[in-house]
Amino acid sequence: MEPFTTHTGVAVPLPRSAVDTDQIIPAVYLKRVTKTGYEDALFANLRQDPSFVLNDPVYAAGSILFAGPDFGTGSSREHAVWALRDYGFRAVFAPRFGDIFRGNSGKQGLLTGVLPEDVIATCWAAIEADPGATATVDLQAETVTLSGETYPFEVDAYTRWRLLEGLDDIGLTLRDEALITQFEQGREAWRPVTLPVRES
Amino acid sequence: MTETTPAPQIPSREGARTLAEKVWSDHLVKRGEDGAPDLIYIDLHLVHEVTSPQAFDGLRAEGRPVRRPDLTIATEDHNTPTLNIDKPIADITSRTQIETLRRNAKEFGVRLHSLGDAEQGIVHIVGPQLGLTMPGVTVVCGDSHTSTHGAFGAMAFGIGTSEVEHVLATQTLPLKPFKTMAITVEGTLKPGVTAKDIILAVIAKIGTNGGQGYVLEYRGSAIRSLSMEGRMTICNMSIEAGARAGMVAPDQTTFDYLQGRPHAPKGADWDAAVEYWRTLPSDDDAVFDAEVFLDADELEPFVTWGTNPGQGTTLAGEVPDPAAIDDPQLRDSAQRALEYMDLQPGTRLKDIKVDAVFMGSCTNSRIEDLRAFASVIKGRRKADGVRVMVVPGSARVRLEAEAEGLDKVFEEFGAEWRFAGCSMCLGMNPDQLAPGERCASTSNRNFEGRQGKGGRTHLVSPLVAAATAIRGTLSAPSDVLEGALV
Repeated sequence: MEPFTTHTGVAVPLPRSAVDTDQIIPAVYLKRVTKTGYEDALFANLRQDPSFVLNDPVYAAGSILFAGPDFGTGSSREHAVWALRDYGFRAVFAPRFGDIFRGNSGKQGLLTGVLPEDVIATCWAAIEADPGATATVDLQAETVTLSGETYPFEVDAYTRWRLLEGLDDIGLTLRDEALITQFEQGREAWRPVTLPVRES
Repeated sequence: MTETTPAPQIPSREGARTLAEKVWSDHLVKRGEDGAPDLIYIDLHLVHEVTSPQAFDGLRAEGRPVRRPDLTIATEDHNTPTLNIDKPIADITSRTQIETLRRNAKEFGVRLHSLGDAEQGIVHIVGPQLGLTMPGVTVVCGDSHTSTHGAFGAMAFGIGTSEVEHVLATQTLPLKPFKTMAITVEGTLKPGVTAKDIILAVIAKIGTNGGQGYVLEYRGSAIRSLSMEGRMTICNMSIEAGARAGMVAPDQTTFDYLQGRPHAPKGADWDAAVEYWRTLPSDDDAVFDAEVFLDADELEPFVTWGTNPGQGTTLAGEVPDPAAIDDPQLRDSAQRALEYMDLQPGTRLKDIKVDAVFMGSCTNSRIEDLRAFASVIKGRRKADGVRVMVVPGSARVRLEAEAEGLDKVFEEFGAEWRFAGCSMCLGMNPDQLAPGERCASTSNRNFEGRQGKGGRTHLVSPLVAAATAIRGTLSAPSDVLEGALV
């Protein structure tokens, strides 16, 4: 995973609340078996509206999203993160995120930063006044800068560290394999096992 | 660095503990330090074809095996057709996903129940029915409705595909502690009011993000008196209130449901398990981070009018007027929802005509749900012009229903009796609404386009679905069964 330190890119406003993962990527795109190539699926239904923000050429190269509250709620589909990432987004800012989406993002190098609602509204206004403006995210400092203003955002310390280091989750856990084996040795006999198969 | 309030550490509390705290601390492989998450052991990993291909791909790329195939089980559900299941799947991408799961299961030694197998079905129906879901265990699956299994007093939650890969490789997950919320429902439900109405009322009360960051524990006399099927319906929709997990403390109802199922413990193991399970309910003086109360006596049959599961009200009511909603975000959301749903404020909900009724999904497709639906429609004909689909949650449920003659009840009613799967809950298979079609659905999500592009969904209980199928308009069970309800 590529480390995330700073990133500068086109800021995209998405002034809607509760953009759930069905809206980020409709279920029809979940049928693929690959882990990349979802850029066409991002906001697929919303993009059918010619006035949707990503249909404006000014925002087509967007990489930093400023969304309303409860972004990424609903279905656990990680494809939502892949679609954002494949499109080119590196960071999403919103006042609140769906829990599962947020967890998925951190593991794929997509930063989800919490900004207060009034700051998000200020950012929308700033982008509207200067469409195509770039923003700069500094993860070390936990700030995002847009139109000369710098705003602190929230990200939990562990995810921040993981993003800064670009660390793979499984590799991290397997460093504790001895502890896992030890735990398994104490596992009670009544706990479920799926094999061997027992017939109904 | 920004100061944030640290989340309460579930396992670190002294003294009295909640159910969730007990299960968490009994699965702690390693406590996280310096903001790192705890490492939690996973007892049971459920796998299906949609969120697993990339996880197996990841294992293959790194040369990693599945650590515990004996704690892993896969079924085919999201894409499976509910007609002509002996024919090749027509949709190429659906077929690819299913074939990929079959190949991965074989390569990695994972137990798989394929289409045509008696144990195939929706992953959240299959786990409990095999007796694999039990109290005090941790259950994960790459599906947000994994919260269903919390009905047994398990800690069960949905995970993303990266986490699926993580569990396959390590049988653990790094997890941040949750906060706990008690949802207490006291009293007695009126006839015709069911578990589905309880959970729709809970979500309408706390909102679709009210449970965010929490494990919900459903408590109180109304919850205690529910069957396991009813408890599963409630826990299933915890995610629609924003919570990753919902739980009900295990009791005799739980043990009776579990005993004798194929993978339930036997003999001395059963005795040891029950002894432990009896220690799991939250201590009397345990403290929850938040509490919500509902009066079961007051509950009525519920229905959603909007495009998120929190946009619901009693069936006896009217479509609300967004202008009367104070919160600007909720107002905008309601306005947009009414436009999508093609509804006018003030319309009596019972005047809304439907084109389709969907009886199925991991929320309401267990045998008890099918029996409830059948009890209302028995000996009647569906309304003209309404398409009614009954989709059992698993092949086993289908067999049980047929053994009881329910299939005849459905067919005589004019309903389509289908094979098992997720079906029209999310329309990944051919079971979809046409644009503009309106459906009373026993599923869990009324999002825009969820049941087919442009389709309109009203979430209801099996009893309300049945009454609606009879009258062709949204209807309460009492509208068709005066005095006959139990």
